Amino acid sequence: MLRSTLLLAFGLAAFGATTARADEFTKTDVERYQKEFEQVAAKGRELWTSGALGTNGVACAQCHPNAANTHPETYPKFQKQLGKVTQLFEMVNWCIRNPLQGANLPPDDPRMTALVSYITFERRGVKLAPGQH
Amino acid sequence: MSEFITRRSVLAGAGASAALTTLPISMVTLAFGGTREDFTFTYISDAHIQQIKGASFVRNWDQGLKRAVAEANLVKPESDFVIFGGDLAQLGKREELDHGAEILSKLKGKLHAVMGEHDYYLDLGDYWSKLYGPHYYSFDHKGVHFIVLNSILTSEQWTFHRWPTAEQRMLEMAGLDNPNGSPFMVGDKQRKWLANDLAKLDKKTPLVVFSHSPLQKIYKGWNFWTDDAEEVQALLAPFDSVNVIYGHVHQIQYNQIGNISFNSVMATAWPWPYPQSYAQAESHLPVLTIPMNRADPFFERDATGWQLIDIGSGRVTARYQLWDNDQRTVAFDHKAGHPVDIAYQEPTQHRLPQTHY
Ligand SMILES: [Fe+2]
Repeated sequence: MLRSTLLLAFGLAAFGATTARADEFTKTDVERYQKEFEQVAAKGRELWTSGALGTNGVACAQCHPNAANTHPETYPKFQKQLGKVTQLFEMVNWCIRNPLQGANLPPDDPRMTALVSYITFERRGVKLAPGQH
Repeated sequence: MSEFITRRSVLAGAGASAALTTLPISMVTLAFGGTREDFTFTYISDAHIQQIKGASFVRNWDQGLKRAVAEANLVKPESDFVIFGGDLAQLGKREELDHGAEILSKLKGKLHAVMGEHDYYLDLGDYWSKLYGPHYYSFDHKGVHFIVLNSILTSEQWTFHRWPTAEQRMLEMAGLDNPNGSPFMVGDKQRKWLANDLAKLDKKTPLVVFSHSPLQKIYKGWNFWTDDAEEVQALLAPFDSVNVIYGHVHQIQYNQIGNISFNSVMATAWPWPYPQSYAQAESHLPVLTIPMNRADPFFERDATGWQLIDIGSGRVTARYQLWDNDQRTVAFDHKAGHPVDIAYQEPTQHRLPQTHY
């Protein structure tokens, strides 16, 4: 920690005011992108806990608090029960059809984007492991 | 018994019929004293009966409870009594409690019920009481003292002043991972009652305490937690044999703190992931616990089940009747001084469960 702080201090001293990169995003841009994502992930959390995705009032969060045990880092992967390599949204739809007794969402439905954003956000920092079962 | 293709039957190739014919009642022998009659009891928990509307209920959760009841009724010799470990309802509604109670009414033997937060936070246990009586109580059976606690209480402020309606209060507490929830506790009043209840007992009397939440601290974010756990443990500490059995966590956990052995029980409704599978959490899962397998959602009853429990060894032996997984038995190891999984605890025989992603 101390070492990296020192390196950072050295770096700043060496490059001074010339560290800006070419065509850097503005602070306003970055803040906006971040906010857009956060809003969609928050919408996903709302859907995740709401019981409104299916027909029986069951919510995703009943089995997956904080979207745990969804292992988004392992997709796409061969899902033996579906007999093919699947993406995360297909597994989300499986859950919507079965425990939630509902109907599939299209992959680019804003609700699906929100759900996948939320799931992935709760798993931030975990190494990608595509194909892992 | 079952013609369904389950994970167990697929893997074992031999069909799932072993489940009922091997209930190991004959293994229950009295290993201490000899002054006490041998017995087993049945433990069913966390049914989460959920009303859709009118007379329709979520089929999946209904089936879990019905299956546990049907199997428990087939046990020979019969259990002396049944414990229902809490969370009979999902949102504390009369309809849910009535529907669950009707399924439980098919059980042979006397039923003792434990309060869960899903039974409580709509009407603060009022209707539940009409069905099952006091929220905390004790009874004696064949030389063992059994105590039922209501461990899912929380602060006055949260209970009475935080929410505009009872329905919202229930919904807020029903979300396991909801940051608007509040830590469970037994509370002063009940701890006083407990101290009183224990005062008249010989310290050699084996104690079995039933609570819904763990009377130990595992992960606060999901209320795998009781805030005054240490105070309750202190009251129990002077006894030679103390066993705490809790529901709520929908997974196998066991632990030893001082003289107190802890065993969790499974849900009939659905399994929960272990807290360590939540990448952003810090969990204190007891190191003793060998986790259960990761649940396979494609098999509806996977990682759910019920328990047969005896205290023939002087401590709890919990036999997990798991529907789509190998059965597990967690029993007290008198040499080690803590509960162990009788098949998987030994490092040489260690068959680790799957990776919990
Ligand atoms: Fe619970």
